Amino acid sequence: MTSLPATAPVKKLGLVIDLDTCVGCHACAVNCKEWNTGGEMAPLTDMDPYGAEPEGVWFNRVHGYEAGDGANGRTVHFPRSCLHCETPACVTVCPTGASYKREEDGIVLVDEDKCIGCKLCSWACPYGAREFDETVGVMKKCTLCVDRIYNETIPEAERVPACVSTCPASARHFGDLGDPNSDVSKLVAERGGYDLAPEFDYKPTNKYLPPRERMPSAPAAAEAAGEPQGLLKWVDRMLSI
Amino acid sequence: MNAPLEPIDYNRPTGDEIKTTTCYMCACRCGIRVHLKDGRVRYIDGNPDHPVNGGVLCGKGAAGIMQHYSPARLTKPLRRKGARGAGEFEEIEWNEALTMATSWLSEVRNTDPRRLAFFTGRDQSQSLTGFWATQFGTPNHAAHGGFCSVNMAAGGIYSIGGSFWEFGEPDWEHARMLLMFGVAEDHDSNPIKIGLGKLKSRGAKVVSVNPVRTGYSAIADEWVGIRPGTDGAFVSALIHELLRQDRIDLEFLARTTDASWLINQNPGAADHGLVIKDADGAPLGWDGTADAPTPARTPGANLSLIGERTLPDGRKAKTVFQLLAERFLDGANNPDAVAAITDVPAETIRNLANDLAAAALDDPMEIQQPWTDWTGKRHETMVARPVAIHAMRGISAHSNGFDTCRLIHVLQMLLGAIDAPGSFRYKPPFPKPVPPGPKPAGKADQIGPGRPMAGPPLGFVAGPEDLLVDPDGTPRRIDHAYSWEAPVAAHGLMHMVIENAAKQDPNPIDVLFMYMANMGWNSSMSVENALKGLTAKDEETGEYKIKHVIYSDAFWSETVAYADLIFPDTTYLERWDAISLLDRPISDADGPADAIRQPIFEPDRDVRPFQEVVIDLGHRLGLPAFTNEDGTAKFPGGYKDYLVNHERTPGVGPLAGWRGEDGDKGGIGAKNPDQLDKYIENGCFWKHELEPEQRYFKHSNKSYLEWSASMGFIPNADPIVMHLYSEPLQKFRLAAEGHGDVQPPTDAARQRVLKNFDPIASWRPPLNGLEDADNAYPLHAITQRPMAMYHSWGSQNAWLRQIHTANRLFMARELVEEMGLKDDSWVYVTSPNGKIKAQIKAMEGVNPRTVWTWNAIGKRKGAWGLDKDAPEATKGFLLNHLISELLPDGQGGHWPNADPVTGQAAWYDLRVKIEPAPADTAQVSEPVIPALPNNPGGKPNPSRLGFGAAFRGRKEARS
Repeated sequence: MTSLPATAPVKKLGLVIDLDTCVGCHACAVNCKEWNTGGEMAPLTDMDPYGAEPEGVWFNRVHGYEAGDGANGRTVHFPRSCLHCETPACVTVCPTGASYKREEDGIVLVDEDKCIGCKLCSWACPYGAREFDETVGVMKKCTLCVDRIYNETIPEAERVPACVSTCPASARHFGDLGDPNSDVSKLVAERGGYDLAPEFDYKPTNKYLPPRERMPSAPAAAEAAGEPQGLLKWVDRMLSI
Repeated sequence: MNAPLEPIDYNRPTGDEIKTTTCYMCACRCGIRVHLKDGRVRYIDGNPDHPVNGGVLCGKGAAGIMQHYSPARLTKPLRRKGARGAGEFEEIEWNEALTMATSWLSEVRNTDPRRLAFFTGRDQSQSLTGFWATQFGTPNHAAHGGFCSVNMAAGGIYSIGGSFWEFGEPDWEHARMLLMFGVAEDHDSNPIKIGLGKLKSRGAKVVSVNPVRTGYSAIADEWVGIRPGTDGAFVSALIHELLRQDRIDLEFLARTTDASWLINQNPGAADHGLVIKDADGAPLGWDGTADAPTPARTPGANLSLIGERTLPDGRKAKTVFQLLAERFLDGANNPDAVAAITDVPAETIRNLANDLAAAALDDPMEIQQPWTDWTGKRHETMVARPVAIHAMRGISAHSNGFDTCRLIHVLQMLLGAIDAPGSFRYKPPFPKPVPPGPKPAGKADQIGPGRPMAGPPLGFVAGPEDLLVDPDGTPRRIDHAYSWEAPVAAHGLMHMVIENAAKQDPNPIDVLFMYMANMGWNSSMSVENALKGLTAKDEETGEYKIKHVIYSDAFWSETVAYADLIFPDTTYLERWDAISLLDRPISDADGPADAIRQPIFEPDRDVRPFQEVVIDLGHRLGLPAFTNEDGTAKFPGGYKDYLVNHERTPGVGPLAGWRGEDGDKGGIGAKNPDQLDKYIENGCFWKHELEPEQRYFKHSNKSYLEWSASMGFIPNADPIVMHLYSEPLQKFRLAAEGHGDVQPPTDAARQRVLKNFDPIASWRPPLNGLEDADNAYPLHAITQRPMAMYHSWGSQNAWLRQIHTANRLFMARELVEEMGLKDDSWVYVTSPNGKIKAQIKAMEGVNPRTVWTWNAIGKRKGAWGLDKDAPEATKGFLLNHLISELLPDGQGGHWPNADPVTGQAAWYDLRVKIEPAPADTAQVSEPVIPALPNNPGGKPNPSRLGFGAAFRGRKEARS
């Protein structure tokens, strides 16, 4: 079994995902796919790509749900990827040390050279964030684009995960959730960001921002007594250019 | 951040080269960076400097890699061997293909150019193709606007001199409230998502009016689940409320619209309902101080808004505003009456009217920016009307869509919410005069063998005299555009071409030449009927009714099988292109912009960009604009040469940037041989930023209007007057009443015009009604566009097809339960035109009498390089099988299933019934159409795809 870092990471890099703004366009999922299929965990294999059961490795998937009944309900789009938990069971369950949590920044990674493809981690992860690549027999997962965020060959402003960089609606934010003064921490505080399934106590780093309260309409003004009716109210109106 | 010490190569460059170009995974035209490694595409991302997308990119754009390497790509010119539709071809050389096409086309051109029908689909080079058709001499040309969004374009252009989608956008920076109508998730893809993000971050209110709660509607503060085809009634009730409560911007109406113009009231006479004008043609209003008529555009005159007037010559008149107010204050537009039609509660309508008025008119925000109006009056600030409205296909694809769109513009005008801070904003080159020029060419004296047509095939009519009809009323175009079937066609009726060509109505078509339009499948109205038309034979001669079919496509689409000759096109990464101000530019509200595509690769197949082929054919046919007097090619360098050296008028070419000998002119200027290099240096786009004083009130802004005229966008710097009242439509009405030289040829045609042409926009039920007499087809059936797929292209894409592999028919949960169905149950869906079998899924967020599905997921077996057991073909389905090209008999003629004003295909008017399929039904969708053979140039599909493994650096991928 694999140990977590002896010293809990101070820096906690992660994502903040705004469910109020996500339109479910899959931009994040596909951009993640194209970045990572040529990146550190390459490739993200697609089985039967043009056939009856196309199924590939995706580090980020977007699900759509409806909550509530009828017109008063909501449609919610929910992007799902590794949450880079503070106490991830996928790491502690790993028999070889392939799954590990980094002390420097809290990112949870897989060392492919050590992975034996036993899938214990995917059984342990309640969020379904692990993706087994059958062709190489290795478990893969979101790296938080570790090969982008520190990459000095990329302009500094673009050193964020591919999913964040591409999100058209600005529904995804990246930063240090261990720093209470970071933009992402402030956003979480302002908007009541929450942990996914906190009852498991894996302490996810990624946070989700809930849909905002809907803005009600101001009640329409009732027809006032004595209100000029019909065309009469404009009879004396003259206007000039 | 400092990199941690790990055995990870943190500084691996993304690729070894970056090239910019313009995306083509949908019509949004975002700027992209293509990162190349070892000559392959490593990564495509958004260009951060680009005015359209500012660095973001949608899921389609990010999947461009899989499009470029798609196994469905065509590889070589093809000539049909077997029967049309059998999909049997032989590969031929380009010279043979071009020689064959030239012989067919030159015979047509030298005898009767109308025997060519040249129609293009989702291409972005209509300024070239329209010009080519004009040079050839055929009026039978259009692109796909007739089944896409001509109602939006025409409704806007005939009302406010601009339109939603390409020619205008919400002021995302300042709007307090956004009202969206029928905006499915594809148009305008990334700008809307970026904009919604901005509105959300500012706490602006977003309201979506749409029968389906997905995508943008899902994040709206208020979702109005309206009944399809009734948006116009809903808007009429909003207008009723605003007028009832006098919550309107009267100053805006007086200054910028025709509200004060006098309309002649002389029922039955030839001049009834026309604008009263002085001897110089200037519209008159009523000066309330002098109690006399006066030119309505006279600064300083005190013009009455209402009142019945008698002119000195005895004519009676009312103002436009009075006619409008009388119409909308009528009880038929009361929210209580409208609620029953629309499924929107009266209280919701009243509350929204109140919200709109409050957001637009109360406590107006001002931008501290002086500007000067067209009269020369200086304004110290720009006063906001921060209600933005946006509308798209859900409005457009109904047979009442033209007027629904006009109603939305009336709502905007009443609120003063046009090109003010926070409202809808025009994108240059719009606004333009209402209606703009030119008029469509195609009259008998404008066409002749062996010569170009006297003008462009598409344009804007101002009255019956502009129609393209023979003296007996017969349409002159193969799609019957600009005839009494669709007088204000504007974009043509591509959806009627095959239907009419197979009937040789009005004339036989010897060559049907199409590009990038999947008319043999999801882009037709009825698939079966389109295929029947393409294969129809003359009983006596045994020859095809449509003698030759030439088609150009990059991929093995369903339509390829029905052509006699195939020109294989390139992918979007292998071509030059211009996204031109002459066509559909990438401007935003802060300035005009255009863009190019540059070839990232030379094709690795024997394919050529369609535009190169068109220019080559132009020379082979000797078309004057493509041929020098000595017979040599005018553009020996092909499309690239044309982009730089073609001038439509002196100084105006396909690209506006870096013109002039020194490359220092934008808009109009001499040719610049280095122009394309300049584009490439600048990320493949050009943009001119308007001065701050020019950015709002473009319809009335002196500085903007003068600049727009100097660019040639508008004929002069006169202000753009918006029209609450459409005189062209009244002229058509007068013709139907028996006035004038050009009149509808039959009584049915007269009745149709009288019923549907209204100078004041009004809601009418769709042509097939909201329900039939015995309620046999009680449900509305519509489609939505998934954000991760575009038209039919997506299914060949190994990544995108994992997101949408097979579609379901979505139904309201209560209906599903009432029918004893459950998710994945198979049902029959029947319309008067056909029957399909599909699987259902229950949902909450849908109008209860509406069913819907994702568009264009269903595929024909064998097409698009997919295996024959691909779910797209076995479980996916199209609604097209249920839709008809024509309205049912009984409406007194042969009328297209389309908006009677514009001819816009009314595929959202569809109504259906649903019945459970037997429990033992086969688990496949119906109809089952025979499989096509495989792509002749394709290779066997791989069982797995490990794209990207080769790019890996430090560690080799295990395999």
